[in-house]
Amino acid sequence: MNLTLKVWRQNGPEAKGHMDTHALEGVSPDMSFLEMMDMLNDQIIRAGGEPIAFDHDCREGICGMCSMFINGEAHGPGRGVTTCQLHMRSFKDGDTIAIEPWRAKAFPVIKDLTVDRSAFDRIIQAGGYISVNTSGKTMDANAIPIPKQDADEAFSSATCIGCGACVASCKNASAMLFVSAKVSQFALLPQGQPERETRVQRMVDQMDKEGFGNCTNTGACAVECPKGIDLSNIARMNRDFMSASVKSKK
Amino acid sequence: MSNSGILRSSLAKKYVMALSGLFLCLFLLGHLVGNLQLFIPGEEGQQAFNEYAHFMTTFPLVKLLSYLTYAAVLFHVVDGIALTLQNRKARPTGYVKEKGSANASWSSRNMGILGTIILVFLVSHMQNFWYMMHFGPIDFDSDGLKDLHAVVMRFFGPENGLAGLAVAGYVLAQFALGFHLIHGFQSAFQSLGLRHSKYSPLIERAGLLFGIVVPALFASIPVYLFYIQL
Repeated sequence: MNLTLKVWRQNGPEAKGHMDTHALEGVSPDMSFLEMMDMLNDQIIRAGGEPIAFDHDCREGICGMCSMFINGEAHGPGRGVTTCQLHMRSFKDGDTIAIEPWRAKAFPVIKDLTVDRSAFDRIIQAGGYISVNTSGKTMDANAIPIPKQDADEAFSSATCIGCGACVASCKNASAMLFVSAKVSQFALLPQGQPERETRVQRMVDQMDKEGFGNCTNTGACAVECPKGIDLSNIARMNRDFMSASVKSKK
Repeated sequence: MSNSGILRSSLAKKYVMALSGLFLCLFLLGHLVGNLQLFIPGEEGQQAFNEYAHFMTTFPLVKLLSYLTYAAVLFHVVDGIALTLQNRKARPTGYVKEKGSANASWSSRNMGILGTIILVFLVSHMQNFWYMMHFGPIDFDSDGLKDLHAVVMRFFGPENGLAGLAVAGYVLAQFALGFHLIHGFQSAFQSLGLRHSKYSPLIERAGLLFGIVVPALFASIPVYLFYIQL
């Protein structure tokens, strides 16, 4: 396949970026999108240029590092896939492909296609955990009866890999799908109950502080989510936050 | 616990949007039922409509409801603008290529524009009818009631040189309202956390029905009044 690639180049966080056009020939349809990017970087390096910086790690759809906005969609045209799981057979010979970084105030560009997603880490640090006694007398989790349906739902929420495609896809750059998945994975289980109310308040507060936009229920996040996290998570968080806010003493 | 407090949180803004929006849906139903009396022909229709208009502007409980409606409109508009501004700030640099249609409905992506069309319509609508009813100039019918029926008939009749344009504007605004409702109705339930695998499909269908039938009936009135006076 022969492709025309339009790639966002930006030297640093403060630098002004622009789209660079590259012609790439001999791309195999069996390559993953990241392998195609490796091939492009190889070509750039051989010509004496600066390779394109992009995030990637596991290349099997579980780490959430790869983060490209391809032809107007997070992780490209595929559904339920990360960029590393997207293959070049999804494109046609002669296609022009636009490749951009996630764009959000809360995800500043570091260089080219890499963005700083530590806002997500700070949201998790604000409350996305359960406090357990680690004195050696920790209760065996399997000893607590949990309805199968709840366990499955909690597991579905927990499959969120924190890639940020929800923020990237949302026209408001809202992080509601991510935060609600991280709230839900505990809200659905008995272990999550003691901190259920403080958790949702702290995480929503942090989300707002990071400068993400507001949810307008367009549903783009759930469509683009590589893990199929659905909008019922957001509804659950809306519900939990309301009840926590009404009940809280402050 | 909460540092910023519920009222300043992004979620609370959505609760306000949802509650005011759902209240305004109820208002639309009430307003529609009243307006449908314009289909009653002759003097009987005139009498019924004027009595209704008189009741709506004088009965204390309805007056209270009307103040609630003004408040709901105000909250919905101000909150909507605040949310939109915040959302714009959340993405200072836009995408060079963005395919919004791939993952979200058109109406859900254009609520601000649709809302603005509705607001512009609302201002002109209130000037044409609400203002006339409250501050005139307005004639009285044979029962001594303010003749709002005549104001409406004149507005969509041959006496108004721009009646055709008024009808077109009215119909356009109802299209905007329809799309606004198709997304907004079910979105309000989602914002309030009312989502359930059993009931949400019903809510979505009800929203679609509401968003099509209510604006269609509203739009049919000026079209009918214009047509019978041709």
